[in-house]
Amino acid sequence: MFNLENTDPVLGSIGIIFTLLIIATIIVGIMRFKDNSDSFKELSDRVKSWWFMIVIFSVAIMTSPIISVVFFSILSFLAFKEYVSIIPLRQADRPVLFWAYLTIPIQFVFVGTGAYGLFIVFIPVWVFFLLPFRTLIAGNTDGFLKSVATISWGLMITVFAISHTAMLMHFPTTETHLAGGVGLIMFLAILNQGNDVAQYVWGKLFGKNPILPKVSPKKTWEGLIGGLVTTVFGAVLLAPILTPFDLSFSLLAGILIGAAGFIGDVTFSALKRDLKIKDAGSFIPGHGGILDRIDSLALTAPLFFHMTRYFYY
Amino acid sequence: MGLVRLLRIIFYALIVRPFLIFVLGLNVRNLEKLYVSDSARLIAANHNSHLDALVIMSLFKISQIHQVKFVAAKDYFCRTPFLEWFSINIIGIIPIDRNGATKDPLGPVQNAIKEGYTVVIFPEGSRGKPEKRENLKFGVAKLMECNPEMKLTPVFMHGLGKSLPRGEALLVPFICYINIGDEMIWSGNKKTFMEQLEIRFDDLEKEISPKDWK
Repeated sequence: MFNLENTDPVLGSIGIIFTLLIIATIIVGIMRFKDNSDSFKELSDRVKSWWFMIVIFSVAIMTSPIISVVFFSILSFLAFKEYVSIIPLRQADRPVLFWAYLTIPIQFVFVGTGAYGLFIVFIPVWVFFLLPFRTLIAGNTDGFLKSVATISWGLMITVFAISHTAMLMHFPTTETHLAGGVGLIMFLAILNQGNDVAQYVWGKLFGKNPILPKVSPKKTWEGLIGGLVTTVFGAVLLAPILTPFDLSFSLLAGILIGAAGFIGDVTFSALKRDLKIKDAGSFIPGHGGILDRIDSLALTAPLFFHMTRYFYY
Repeated sequence: MGLVRLLRIIFYALIVRPFLIFVLGLNVRNLEKLYVSDSARLIAANHNSHLDALVIMSLFKISQIHQVKFVAAKDYFCRTPFLEWFSINIIGIIPIDRNGATKDPLGPVQNAIKEGYTVVIFPEGSRGKPEKRENLKFGVAKLMECNPEMKLTPVFMHGLGKSLPRGEALLVPFICYINIGDEMIWSGNKKTFMEQLEIRFDDLEKEISPKDWK
């Protein structure tokens, strides 16, 4: 079908995604043609947004490393902004948040320059240490712990975790592994986002038994298992093109991405339920906010990064 | 198209709007309610920040933006001749005197309404404490009484008082939530109209259910 040996592996995988996207667009188009009610409006908005997201992502990842880093830093900024806009905070936290925002360019300079030592300790060690201090300078100790804890958690997920996706690009190209770091980013992004879609589709088609009805009533065992199998299958298919992984490690990576994606999803479902909101934002039509789209990616990225780093580099 | 109108479109479409969307983020409900009529009307919004008026102006379509003006304090926006020119022609303010020097401070607003402009007004008067609603002033009811045919669209905003509250120079990004209400008509009585407006603001605020900010 595809003769991938002679083509750029990253370009090839982008070709596959666009093929899938065209198929999805046609299917949703037919569904809307048969039943032109509001029930398919969201689905069609979602597919439309996928086009935008995939085009932007492809350009960001293919053009140059600097553009990739800028792209992921913008993603971090938008996600952190959504996060601080939905959590309850105090007026006294305003200056703290200003400093918290400043961690984003700093962290991504470490990503861009490949300064792994600084990249890995900056937020968990230095910011973790200094942020509470900046918070107490304001002098308001009512709700101090709550503010420090919520802001730190937000930074860990929206900045530290997301920056791991961009950091993957520093994994080198070898003779057998032509796609290099960009290939690993593609591998993670495709499987993670694909896992979200697969869990949704399997859940819609066969979902009966809820896993965590109190947190996320729409998540079912059928969706989770269907998604997991799809993702593992995808991992085995994509690994030879995009990664240096052997078969057993590809299986492991597929299981990790599928399971962590699910955990990331329900973690944010719990957060949103706690805050009594449906979506974190409205930035992406049909999907909600940036945070709704990349919650599972944020939680999966550090796991995938460190597993790959430990076993392969 | 005149040069001033072009400059105004450039100012809002290429500078203000991209800035607000990227740095702050606008989460708008019921935007279509802002576009309902072309005739003169009032937009009444709550007031927390300098950015309030810029946000509302940015919500209008490029083809409409030259027909919208907002009421602003003369002593602040017209400090220098250039600032005065810029505020009136490009930003699009209706300068009003709040020092009591003129007999009829609402006169310029009346003129703008007669000329067919959509006028944005902040019935709270000043920005007050961040994300706290102040008592509404009667000016808005006076304008409605003088123009009983005119409609009023209430707009509630939350978040700008966190991003750039009164007395702060440091901008901290927060998403701005905007909820636009149905058009209101003149009730025939100032007091009942103000009560209705107050209730509308309460309802719009409840729909957004803003997060605590103490």
